[in-house]
Amino acid sequence: MMKRELVIIGAGPAGLAAALAAYDNGIRDILIIEREKRAGGILNQCIHDGFGLHKFKEILTGPEYAYRYLKKVQERKIEIMTSTIVTELRAEKYLKVINEEIGILEFKADAVVLAMGSRERTAGGISLPGERMAGVYTAGLTQNLMNLQNIKVGNNIVILGSGDIGLIMARRLTLEGANVKAVLEIMPYSNGLNRNINQCLIDFNIPLKLSHTVIDVKGKDRLESIIVTEVDENLRAIPGSEYEIECDTLILSVGLIPENELSKQADVQIDDITGGALVKDNLETNVPGIFACGNVLHIHDLVDYVSDEAENAGQAAAKYIKSGHKWRKNNIFVEAGDGINYVIPQLITLGKDLEFSMRVKKPASDKTIKILNNNELIAKNTFKKVNPSEMIKINLAKEKLLSLKTASIKVVVE
Amino acid sequence: MDTQNYDIAIIGGGVVGTAIARELSKYSINTVLLEMESDVGQGASNSNSGVVHAGFTAPVGSLKADVCMYGNSHFEELCADLDVPYKKVGKLVVAVDKKQVAELYNLQYIGSKNGAELNIVGEDFIKKMEANIDGKAAMYSPNSAITSPYELTIALAENAFQNGVEIKLNTKVLGINKINGKFLIKTNQKNIRADYVINSAGLYSDDIASFSGEDRYKIYPCRGEYYVLDKNSSSLLSHLVYPVPPENAGGYGIHLTPTVDGNILIGPSNEYIDCVDNKATTKDVMEQLIKEARDFLPKISQDMVIRSYSGIRSKIVPPEIGGFTDFVIEKSPRYDNFINLIGIESPGLTSAPGIAKYVVEMIDKMENLKNKEIFNKKRTGITKFSELPLAEQKILAEENAGYRELVCRCENITRQEIIDALHNPLGVTTLKGVKYRARATMGRCQGGYCMARIVKIMQEEFNMDLEQIQLTGNSSNLFAGQAKGWEK
Repeated sequence: MMKRELVIIGAGPAGLAAALAAYDNGIRDILIIEREKRAGGILNQCIHDGFGLHKFKEILTGPEYAYRYLKKVQERKIEIMTSTIVTELRAEKYLKVINEEIGILEFKADAVVLAMGSRERTAGGISLPGERMAGVYTAGLTQNLMNLQNIKVGNNIVILGSGDIGLIMARRLTLEGANVKAVLEIMPYSNGLNRNINQCLIDFNIPLKLSHTVIDVKGKDRLESIIVTEVDENLRAIPGSEYEIECDTLILSVGLIPENELSKQADVQIDDITGGALVKDNLETNVPGIFACGNVLHIHDLVDYVSDEAENAGQAAAKYIKSGHKWRKNNIFVEAGDGINYVIPQLITLGKDLEFSMRVKKPASDKTIKILNNNELIAKNTFKKVNPSEMIKINLAKEKLLSLKTASIKVVVE
Repeated sequence: MDTQNYDIAIIGGGVVGTAIARELSKYSINTVLLEMESDVGQGASNSNSGVVHAGFTAPVGSLKADVCMYGNSHFEELCADLDVPYKKVGKLVVAVDKKQVAELYNLQYIGSKNGAELNIVGEDFIKKMEANIDGKAAMYSPNSAITSPYELTIALAENAFQNGVEIKLNTKVLGINKINGKFLIKTNQKNIRADYVINSAGLYSDDIASFSGEDRYKIYPCRGEYYVLDKNSSSLLSHLVYPVPPENAGGYGIHLTPTVDGNILIGPSNEYIDCVDNKATTKDVMEQLIKEARDFLPKISQDMVIRSYSGIRSKIVPPEIGGFTDFVIEKSPRYDNFINLIGIESPGLTSAPGIAKYVVEMIDKMENLKNKEIFNKKRTGITKFSELPLAEQKILAEENAGYRELVCRCENITRQEIIDALHNPLGVTTLKGVKYRARATMGRCQGGYCMARIVKIMQEEFNMDLEQIQLTGNSSNLFAGQAKGWEK
């Protein structure tokens, strides 16, 4: 068993930024564990551009964005163990890993940063009706096959779900000569970023059909057609609105799920709404010394925000290690109130400026997001538009926290 | 087209057909098994609850009761010989009201006559065994067990193959004639000549029987839909939990089944359908499944679901009558050496070893079968790396690089297991072949992670072209081709 000060699980954007921040805050003994052959995480298959606008004021591709961080990690000689999967994580920060060269290794760390990212919701996860033939893929898998293995999954394509990866793949597959017939979205609004709707669908004349879903998939060996229906405001099929679309491929872009199987092994408490850990304002979980950031904590819309968040986690992990594992008491509870789906962090402490990340439940215009304590306003911010697909950030100055009347604050949309 | 000669031709490679093939492989007789799909066990054998039944639903004195009891008492040994998972988890049939409690005693009465060990237990006992289940009383069956039905079917076929049975996949029977005292079986591949025909074609057994001039049988396909829950729900349930069977339903009612791999199954529903191979799942039934499961076990939630699938029962009881009837295993009235197996629905998996013995005894009476000098009853499956103790894992990983690469992160399956699965004795090279042998793509991400990796292994290790990579054979091609302008 090898002892390490800080082990970071995942060398995607979250893991790399967390490592840099921990290093720059004085930690030298850092190990990043990465299951792929190279660092970068999901960014490696995101060959489109649009990354880095907030962080670098530039438009980068996914691999370019990852490289900015990887280069700094390499300059600092931070160790990345690639082709290595963590198969076990325990609350005492024990890790069992398997490496393609060496075999099985065991580590004991002072602190662990969870940066494993997310996985895609599947056909099973949405209870897609119909038979189980070839030709139904998730968008991320399609992207992996297309961009990393040069494999085109199909020719006549319908995309279910308007998540960003689905939109990106609509354009990508069109450029590869496929006929993308439609993007269907069960909700009355899109789940993707506006810029992706414009650049990936409208620019390519691909129809986006809101309040539409798939009720049957047909074909014996390979997909032959799908049956589509319109849905009402309760997402129930409207009888008589069904029609058939011939296609050989159905791509699902129906959401991402934080990949927390390891976290659960380590008794990390999971938030039912985000699917990620319940964290304090320093991104520490309920297990002392285990921190979480990036898509494993909650699903982000922009990688730039992942980097910001991961820097906080890396810094906090460094502080935890240097302070001799001091555990801070966090006792103010943050509640997602009316119109808010979730707020990160869920627990805060006094004494520092805070930034909250949140998502609203439904799209709306001219809304104010308020932070309340004991029904009194302590902070607010007004938005021309709010969208569930776009993360909202609100800052709260530490002074505001000094005069709290109760030990909980609530965030609402009004 | 040239014709191949055999003594016995088995039509249908489900668990029954493969069990018969293995039983016959003990004797000096030349046997072939014909399966129309690209792998064995592609019908009801891979889409059932995987339960080894204790024999309390089969009518007393029936053939079904006999073969089921035989199967129950021999299953553990069979699974040990064939390296197939088997767990004697026990079953609770749970009554929620007084009327159902009375029905429990009826079940116990029938079951005891069949020779099953059954106890009626009270609320406290239920709570002690299954903390999350509520019930007034239950019938506890300690001998009910679970297995992996598809692994068993594959293992039976592989063991039969090792012992000399020929297994012909992708071989569909198109017609059978008796010419010069032998059956000439016309197929979509080479034609087959055989002295005996064993019709274990499941849903298609009525069609096959009609080739022998026997038009009495009609199969009524009856679909059962299932939900599969994530392994992380496995702590919710440790026994088979069944409702008291609904009257005349022809099913056992939607039940909860722990699987040998740690998932929970919800199902199956019970719905007669028109089309014999419509394995669709439907929105309405899936909603019903989750509702009924939650009636039993409220902690189950929709987000635990990782997959849904359907299996189709081959019933001989028409929908207007419903319920169960006995298995039909008999010689065709026109030809003694044409044996039809009709209506082998639940407990067909449990009964397969007993049915195989029964059928082989029928042949033995006509043919006087001779034991082979060497019959190897053992078959070894793929080494399941994640199930080994740490010390053994370390040794294997040190020796073999294939065990150092995890291809499937949900089920912790290594590259070596994928390679072993692709090197299977039956020569199945489809993605589903890998799935049923190595479990890859069966986890919570449903192949989202490992599929691209398996495809790479197929291309690199096995030199398969993209066009050859299929889900299940036939025209189930997974990909349209390479990207534009891409050259190898």
